[in-house]
Amino acid sequence: MFVLIVGCGRVGSAIANSMLREGHEVSVLDEDPEAIALLDRGQSESWEERGGRYTVGTALELDALLAAGIQEADAFVASTDGDNTNLVIAQIAKRRFEIERVVVRVLDPARARWYAEQGLQTVCPTQTAIELLEAAVRGQIRFEGVSG
Amino acid sequence: MYVLIVGAGKVGWNLARELINKNNEVTVIESDQGRYAVVEEELEHSAQYGDGSELWVLERGGIERADLVVAVTGDDEDNILISQVAREKYGVPRIVARCNNPRNLQHFELLGVKPVISATDLILRLIEHEVPKYGLVHLLDLPEERLEIIELEVAEGSEAAGRAVKDLGLPDGSLVISILRDGGGFVPAGDSVVKAGDEVLLVLDVGIEPRVTERFTNRSGAAA
Repeated sequence: MFVLIVGCGRVGSAIANSMLREGHEVSVLDEDPEAIALLDRGQSESWEERGGRYTVGTALELDALLAAGIQEADAFVASTDGDNTNLVIAQIAKRRFEIERVVVRVLDPARARWYAEQGLQTVCPTQTAIELLEAAVRGQIRFEGVSG
Repeated sequence: MYVLIVGAGKVGWNLARELINKNNEVTVIESDQGRYAVVEEELEHSAQYGDGSELWVLERGGIERADLVVAVTGDDEDNILISQVAREKYGVPRIVARCNNPRNLQHFELLGVKPVISATDLILRLIEHEVPKYGLVHLLDLPEERLEIIELEVAEGSEAAGRAVKDLGLPDGSLVISILRDGGGFVPAGDSVVKAGDEVLLVLDVGIEPRVTERFTNRSGAAA
């Protein structure tokens, strides 16, 4: 499948590399031309040598989304550092480009919950952290090293 | 009427003051601490500090009983989200949103946020209504607002030559702001006639230039 990832931080770049390794076509959009370095980190070949696409542009700009290939995308990941940006572009991907598999990273649990109720697939790292930490405090779970 | 304003920039602050003077109950939410301190000095308890895209901040600001929510932050994604949440989650009957970048207007529309106020539209309307008073200061801001000002020579045998300004058949989003002739210039009225050889200044939305210029060029391609 063709995966479009908007926002190339720790999360976006990690998903991009995994998907590419699994043999998917992957395009990444970020406003920072230097963020491509995150995709190359620890790799022997560069992102583009490995067949990945990288577009520099602002997430909200339709032209940037089009250049990154939103029209062909089978899956869309909104992982910029702005909750509101992620929520808006995810809705654009869903409503305007009718992408079925749209996932959104939202740090604020309240917004994540409400938009999930409206039908968006939201992932809230904050909520996940709260639940894991609470369980660990109660002694219900115990993890060796890093969670997850 | 209870009005909740998100964003205490120039627009939000002045709006808050005007609405308070007109005896409305107003709360304005500002996320920048320095700005909040300035605004709070004047508006006192009507100003609240916080990120207006956080639901609890909106709730603390009384969004549930608001008759009107005005989203006028400097970020379009925030204004879209606040408006969407205000209408769909809290059932606020009336929303007004500000669009900072006219290219984002389509996103507001797609997500059903309306009415949307864009500075471009406001300046255009101002120009349309006040052409005689229209000053250079506004012109200087226009490029950032995604408007273009172009100068065209009226070609002999073009559609425009010999027609009154009001009959030029220009597309929406374009306006003749002055006519330069014989070394002088004037701001035309609707019945001012454009002549071949005139230079015409127009202000227009980005993207419609070809439809405007075709009115002023000679269709047969011969030079004037």
